[in-house]
Amino acid sequence: MTADVKPKFAMYWAASCGGCEIAVLNTHEKILDVDANFEVVFWPVAMDAKYKDVEAMEDGSILLTLFNGGIRTDENEHIAKLLRQKSKILVAFGSCACEGCIPGLANLSPVGEIVHTAYNTITTDNPHEIYPRTSFDVPEGELHIPKLEQILRPIDQVVDVDYYMPGCPPESHQIAAVIDLVIKVIHGEAQLPPKGTVIGVGNSTVCDECQRVRNVKLIKAFKRIQDIAPVDPTLCILEQGIPCNGPATRSGCNARCPSAGAQCIGCYGPAEGVIDYGARLITAFASVIDAKEPAEIEKILDGIPDPTGQVYRFSLPGSLMKAAKSAWVKE
Amino acid sequence: MSEKKNERVGVYVCHCGSNIAGVVDVVDVANWAAEKLGHQGVVIAREYRFMCSSPGQELIEKDIKELGLTRIVVAACSPHLHEKTFRTAAKNAGLNPYLVELASIREQVSWVHTDKAVATEKAKAVVAGAVSRVIENAPLEEIKVPINPNTLVVGGGIAGIQAALEIANAGFHVYLVEREPSIGGHMAQFDKTFPTLDCAACILTPRMVEAGTHPNITLLTWSDVEKVTGYVGNFNVTIRKKARFIKEADCTGCGICQEKCPKKVIDEVYEAGLGYRKAVYTPFAQAVPNFPVMDKENCTYFIKGTCKACEKFCPTGAIDFKQEDQLINVDVGNIILATGYDLFDARRVSNYGYGRLPNVFTSLEFERLSNSAGPTGGHIVLRDGKTTPKSVGIIHCVGSRDKNFNNYCSVICCMQGLKFAHLVHEHTGATVYNFYIDMRTAYKGYDEFYQRILEEGNLFVRGKVAEVTDAARGEREKGKLIIQVEDTLAGKQRRIPVDMVILSSGLQPRSDAKEVGKMFGISCSTDGWFTEKHPKLDPVATMTEGIYIAGCAQGPKDIPSSVAQGAAASARVLDKILQREVILEPIKATVDKDKCSGCRICNGLCPYSAIAFLADDNVSEINPALCQGCGTCVAACPAGAISGTGFSDEQIMAQIDGLLLRNIEAVEA
Amino acid sequence: MTEKFEPTIIGFTCNWCSYRAADLAGTSRMKYAPNVRLIRMMCSGRLDPTFVLRALSSGADGVMITGCHPGDCHYMEQNYKALRRYLLLKRVLKGMGIEPERVKLVWASAAEGARFASETTLFVEEIRRLGPLNWGKPIEKLEDLQEEISKMEEVPA
Repeated sequence: MTADVKPKFAMYWAASCGGCEIAVLNTHEKILDVDANFEVVFWPVAMDAKYKDVEAMEDGSILLTLFNGGIRTDENEHIAKLLRQKSKILVAFGSCACEGCIPGLANLSPVGEIVHTAYNTITTDNPHEIYPRTSFDVPEGELHIPKLEQILRPIDQVVDVDYYMPGCPPESHQIAAVIDLVIKVIHGEAQLPPKGTVIGVGNSTVCDECQRVRNVKLIKAFKRIQDIAPVDPTLCILEQGIPCNGPATRSGCNARCPSAGAQCIGCYGPAEGVIDYGARLITAFASVIDAKEPAEIEKILDGIPDPTGQVYRFSLPGSLMKAAKSAWVKE
Repeated sequence: MSEKKNERVGVYVCHCGSNIAGVVDVVDVANWAAEKLGHQGVVIAREYRFMCSSPGQELIEKDIKELGLTRIVVAACSPHLHEKTFRTAAKNAGLNPYLVELASIREQVSWVHTDKAVATEKAKAVVAGAVSRVIENAPLEEIKVPINPNTLVVGGGIAGIQAALEIANAGFHVYLVEREPSIGGHMAQFDKTFPTLDCAACILTPRMVEAGTHPNITLLTWSDVEKVTGYVGNFNVTIRKKARFIKEADCTGCGICQEKCPKKVIDEVYEAGLGYRKAVYTPFAQAVPNFPVMDKENCTYFIKGTCKACEKFCPTGAIDFKQEDQLINVDVGNIILATGYDLFDARRVSNYGYGRLPNVFTSLEFERLSNSAGPTGGHIVLRDGKTTPKSVGIIHCVGSRDKNFNNYCSVICCMQGLKFAHLVHEHTGATVYNFYIDMRTAYKGYDEFYQRILEEGNLFVRGKVAEVTDAARGEREKGKLIIQVEDTLAGKQRRIPVDMVILSSGLQPRSDAKEVGKMFGISCSTDGWFTEKHPKLDPVATMTEGIYIAGCAQGPKDIPSSVAQGAAASARVLDKILQREVILEPIKATVDKDKCSGCRICNGLCPYSAIAFLADDNVSEINPALCQGCGTCVAACPAGAISGTGFSDEQIMAQIDGLLLRNIEAVEA
Repeated sequence: MTEKFEPTIIGFTCNWCSYRAADLAGTSRMKYAPNVRLIRMMCSGRLDPTFVLRALSSGADGVMITGCHPGDCHYMEQNYKALRRYLLLKRVLKGMGIEPERVKLVWASAAEGARFASETTLFVEEIRRLGPLNWGKPIEKLEDLQEEISKMEEVPA
């Protein structure tokens, strides 16, 4: 690329909340660097471009695409494949794209239940029980809306991904650092990390950045944070009996939540090389339980009322099992 | 998963004669491996009659050299049998021995399944699992640590004494720890020993003296082991030498203190409750060491602050009421546990009346009666201390071979019962009945002894005694103990009145065997005896390197067997000492300090204290010398920062995939 | 189903007790169901929940975890750690609609070959009764949401 032609940049949101887009904007002045160094060709939240514009681009012509959100519908899948085709570097941006995140919790229910619930909430007025149809004939032709896929998937289960940037959302200072890196790479001042690297993160887990004091852990009871308030600000939160996901969660956020007095809920995903995030938490919590008799252990475990949610809040689609049995096992 | 590896795998499927080939189609398995696992790296797959034979091993060695094999899978018997064999074969051919995996298709397939087609399919899956796993194996080097040439022997009975003497005679130092005031164990309590009827003390005491005076043996009696840390070649043991309240340096063993002591106490230990000792005492005349011990709980000075007769009369001023327990720390390379047995508590068999009916005696009580140095001077008399019995019933299998108590056979009780018969007959001329279920007289001279006792005119009734009672029916039974038994050979119930009943009580593990085992890091079987490494081929070693067992601590046995085991354990120890260094399996865990977050969740998980927290660096660290390779911390680390060699995540995950046939060339449903 | 369902089960054994129990069952020629494929680890404490999840998501219908009896672990206490992980893992699996009976923990000492064999056979029957796990079918794009909703009543909560 010459000095006059700026490299192309795209950002897309699939099944997500929009927080990652906000996080990018939250880099404040850094966004001007994006504008200065890139030509933004496709970014639904920020500009008006159509799918056909993307389809018309040459393959590999977009230098950097930040793909945010999980793959929930066939539209998400189509655009993921399209952007992969048109992009040189595709980054799974944010926890939704990396491992499914909150929308991924829908994988605990079969689609029928999800749709039924959505159209029958206490505040929904749907007396005739009307549900959406994916295709509908009108005089002008056939109308289509995207089809729901049976379960939500992180993007790397659909296309090849170059880099991962976890977080819900990724911390703005990390986004800024990545933008800086890419700009340096464009100017030939730095090398891209190996394909598949998780970027915008630290080398270890949250405890590495957490300032609290840690001792050998022996937990006799798990509690909710409101049960022991006020939380001791100097002592490890897990040691106080609150299930903190910090030990299994990738570092990079500066232990934001524990610094603020709350337990880590694990939005940065697993540590390097870990295949199943939830498994690491299962083993971590089990290891600190101070009991030997099954009855006593079960009693202590009762202090974590939703263990599946506790360990897979952000990572269910990216886990080994990916979803609950009812969501996708068909007899 | 890990990146594509280009390994060259050789698969060898053993027929094991017809043991495997009779059920599993080994040719099919080998062909299948070559065809379906070829893309994974299998370059050759052979089948052979006996892979563990020399030609079998040579097949492997040849292929490694000629085909450049980098990984080997041998589908055969259990790795516990031949893992070492095939690792050595690989080593001989220049391949790292840890790049060999054994797939068990005998113990776990051909011997346990009957449907040949199903067994063959399972064998294929097992091979696939092993191939996937071995590709992830990393070459490892054995770890060598130097051995401390000192040895700890715990228990000063005949087995412990034998072991200590063997090692000491070879020129190496032994610490012999005994919890009683004297060594000698149970054997010192016996009168005569079967089948030769040697006097126990006569054959034992020379050994005891030898052990007590040997320059290479440090005797620590009236002592207990409190703590053990370390690993084979480098154990550190803390021993509590309890206060005797006698200064050993000044004591001459003259015995005046005992003589003058006014306080008599029933001797529950040595005299089995039949005789007395003093508050300051040596347990028996030939005690080694010959220093007395003061029984703090019964000594008048310790109770009331008065008396001190011993101190007054001691010619050398050796009494020291202020003496304290001593904690001694020793470093040893190997440990032998020869802690012996406890006698089955015959009170538990309430229908035999022991503890309730005065003239029912246990075997140990009888030994003391019969022993000329015992409380009755060798006269076999009733509980009143005077009356000689005219008829005696000896009951075998008390507490043994009994689902209500101990299911096992105590090995020595039949011979013991016969010995008692002989001694009673010899001392009293009484009529003797032996009540037995089976007569177990298996070893050298044992059956001949049985025949001799038969010929002496003793009476034998085959039947398990139902009851010993003093409820007399009729004149004949008045004042007697009546043995109610079914005489199975005669086919009728009998009531046999006798004056005295001797219970040939069984042996059971020491009451604290489990705690002792835990302290040394070994386990006990369901019956409570220390668990040997292999019941046939390795009876004196344990699963813990450097800890050996000998004598009745391993299971009930007679004196010759205890001596043999004591010698065997010492041979194993000497073997280790002479090798100068011990080779440890390189199965260890390591912390990747870059990944470690210092969460400290692993810190509480290691029973060997191998994990330390480095506060300055905020990381945990594992000491490879202490790590025993259990892998618990590897599984626990939430950051995946701990890896384990030998049984790594990659290896196990690969094996899971392989066993589920996930990486077969043809499409799997 | 015309053919009898044959479960595939992965069994994790510990080198000192349960693997030797399996060997003893073999040496004693005890017969048991052929549906279990064993993996040897040094200790049940090595059991990473990831292994169980990997097995279940890769085609296994059940997982058996075996180790030394509590108090008899060759490495002192590590089987207790396996027990705690197992109990929490079962709760998480339950939350994902997987029958907790599909993962079973069995303690067996090296002398208990018969127990190993009988527990294995029992477990195979249990899994047979539960049916195949059938995890990981290809994703479908759903045309008719009404049909999906009507299925809702059939699916257990």
